[in-house]
Amino acid sequence: MLDHRPTPPADVLIKGAHVLDPRTGLDEPLDVRIAGGEIAEIGADLQAPGVETIDGSGRHLFPGFVDPHVHLRVPGQEHKEDIESGTRSAAAGGFVAVVAMPNTTPTVDSAPVLRSLREQARREARIPVGFMASITHGLAGEALTEMAELKACGALGFTDDGKPVHRAGILRKALQYQKLVGGIIALHEEDPTLSGNGVMHEGVVSARLGLAGIPSISESTLIARDAAIAGYEGGRIHIQHLSARESVKAIREAKARGVQITCEASPHHLTLTDEAVAEKLDTRLKMNPPLRTEADRQALIAGLKDGTIDCIATDHAPHAREEKEVPFEQAPMGTTGLETAFAAVYTAGELPLALIVEKLSAGAALMDLPTPEIAVGRPADLVLVDLAAEWEVGAQGYESRSENCCFAGRRLKGKVVTTIAAGGIVYRQRELVAV
Amino acid sequence: MRHLLSIEDLDREAIERILDRAKTFTDVSEREIKKVPALRGRRVLNLFYEASTRTRSSFELAAKSLSADVINFAASGSAVDKGESLKDTVQTLSAYRPDLICIRTPFVGAAQLVAGWTTASVVNAGDGKHEHPTQALLDVYTLRERVGRLEGLNIWIVGDITHSRVARSCILAFQTMGAKVTVAGPPTLIPRGMEAMCDVAYDLDRLNEADVVYALRMQHERMTDSFVPSLREYASVYQIDGRRLGPRQVLMHPGPVNRGVELAAEVIDSPQAVIGQQVEAGVVVRMAVLYELLTGRANPKPALTPAPLTA
Repeated sequence: MLDHRPTPPADVLIKGAHVLDPRTGLDEPLDVRIAGGEIAEIGADLQAPGVETIDGSGRHLFPGFVDPHVHLRVPGQEHKEDIESGTRSAAAGGFVAVVAMPNTTPTVDSAPVLRSLREQARREARIPVGFMASITHGLAGEALTEMAELKACGALGFTDDGKPVHRAGILRKALQYQKLVGGIIALHEEDPTLSGNGVMHEGVVSARLGLAGIPSISESTLIARDAAIAGYEGGRIHIQHLSARESVKAIREAKARGVQITCEASPHHLTLTDEAVAEKLDTRLKMNPPLRTEADRQALIAGLKDGTIDCIATDHAPHAREEKEVPFEQAPMGTTGLETAFAAVYTAGELPLALIVEKLSAGAALMDLPTPEIAVGRPADLVLVDLAAEWEVGAQGYESRSENCCFAGRRLKGKVVTTIAAGGIVYRQRELVAV
Repeated sequence: MRHLLSIEDLDREAIERILDRAKTFTDVSEREIKKVPALRGRRVLNLFYEASTRTRSSFELAAKSLSADVINFAASGSAVDKGESLKDTVQTLSAYRPDLICIRTPFVGAAQLVAGWTTASVVNAGDGKHEHPTQALLDVYTLRERVGRLEGLNIWIVGDITHSRVARSCILAFQTMGAKVTVAGPPTLIPRGMEAMCDVAYDLDRLNEADVVYALRMQHERMTDSFVPSLREYASVYQIDGRRLGPRQVLMHPGPVNRGVELAAEVIDSPQAVIGQQVEAGVVVRMAVLYELLTGRANPKPALTPAPLTA
């Protein structure tokens, strides 16, 4: 189901790192030996003569992160990002697997497109990539794709991300078809008749700036509708990029009713608000759903803590410089996020470290993928992080082809030192040095 | 002061300084030779991405009255039609070394962006639905001429607040000058969150409390988007007519007026209306703004380097 360009299996000893895996309960300084790409030994004072040793002292070793929501822009939008740069960006952020959205050109809505994409990923992807297929042809919201064939070709699930499935009847049919096909149905929730031509959160800031607003109810009303449909059909849905407090409430209620519903929140919605937009109308802060208010941000944090929100996903959305270097209203929606995900949430200092680590890989299970674990016999999917390292976002450039990161210029704490994905070393920290 | 991008760039003292200077320019228009050499040799570029008659012509007249050289650049019929981006257009025109660029665009924040791309001073002549600071200044000027101080005045702005950059700049300017501002209009045309800026009313029942009634233009295209059911209904609820306008109240309008929609003919032609004075004030106030930005700038300009987005 996941594809990547094979990396030589690692044989390394990571010495003295503080190993933290909330799922296995590990939370202490330990050595971890990796042999042939698998975790061979975990313990104190391990020795491995003749094997590369990575100094982990003062650093933390976590299970690798998994992002269930990224845009790699292939096929057709390679001027924004490509599989190589997108997965390199992911590796630099500590991710060991990502799930790519199908809103490309053409849309991933047929088996031939999906097959060629997977083939390309096997040549270019630095870390394992899974692909979603679209629910409807061309994301038009009208006709279902050949979901069974797409699933057989390796689609992890289905989504029209970037657009809502506006017609309730179409979503219902997709959920009925899910009983045959399986696979998660992931939903971008937004009522276009409420969003209108909005470009930011509707509230005090948009009123002051004269910008058309996207009201919170645009998201929450569609979540309520779709939760009801999923409950009726017994289907399984995943709500993408939650932004509003009303939405957290709608999910909490649906879960209490027994609906099979999961959801994600992005690092930018967890750490920034619409006030930041007012500062200088930076188009990198324009995304959909928009940054909302402090009360919404607090509701998302509470939702993560009480389990209403299942995972953190970046919605990494690269755009070319010329596309973003325009007035706010003309700019496309989206910010990159892979390289800053952990550091942004960690720097905010509002969530326990173990919870951040858990939520950054919890997306795997929701996409029917194995969850990385630090345990003997498991493939090495690890990230080594220096929690004390401070860095300015963008000062050393980006691994992504795109520079539209909403955290640009901010000082963050926590830097990925090394990433090991599917048993191979895929990222080592490097510095640009002026000469 | 280098740019005028928002009324928020000005405190009360700065507004008074500019308007006092505007007052001294009034006699220029009365002379046989309507020109003073204050800005001789300076280049002013009018860059208009939206149709405008009075703002563009009054900026041009203001610049010429101060002996500056003016280039008018309209977006249609230019490289913009060939797909040139705002950034490239501004950087290209900046190569002509203008001292000041007046820019109007349909996009919020465009003037601020332009200020980062040029060494010239930038005056925001309207950026989308965001701000139109020189309009607010000429409105304050007109009110000072008519009633003296704005301190303690009760000003009602009536009409389509959502789509009005005039409203946003005027609210800020009037409040800075010590007035109390209320906006009134259909609930569909007052944005959610407006109450954080000023008082909000949905009908004109308390209009008699106002010392000044500022009516906004009702755009015809708002009908098609169902903001109001019909012009007829809008007029019946919100039109300022002889019945609603009290004898002590001052009536303002940024123009162009839709006679019979937001204003009845009898009030436009009434002695309470200062609509003509507003237009007249436009030239002297814009002269004062140009003078403020282009003189006394002792420091050398920074080198022509495009500012990064993070600047």
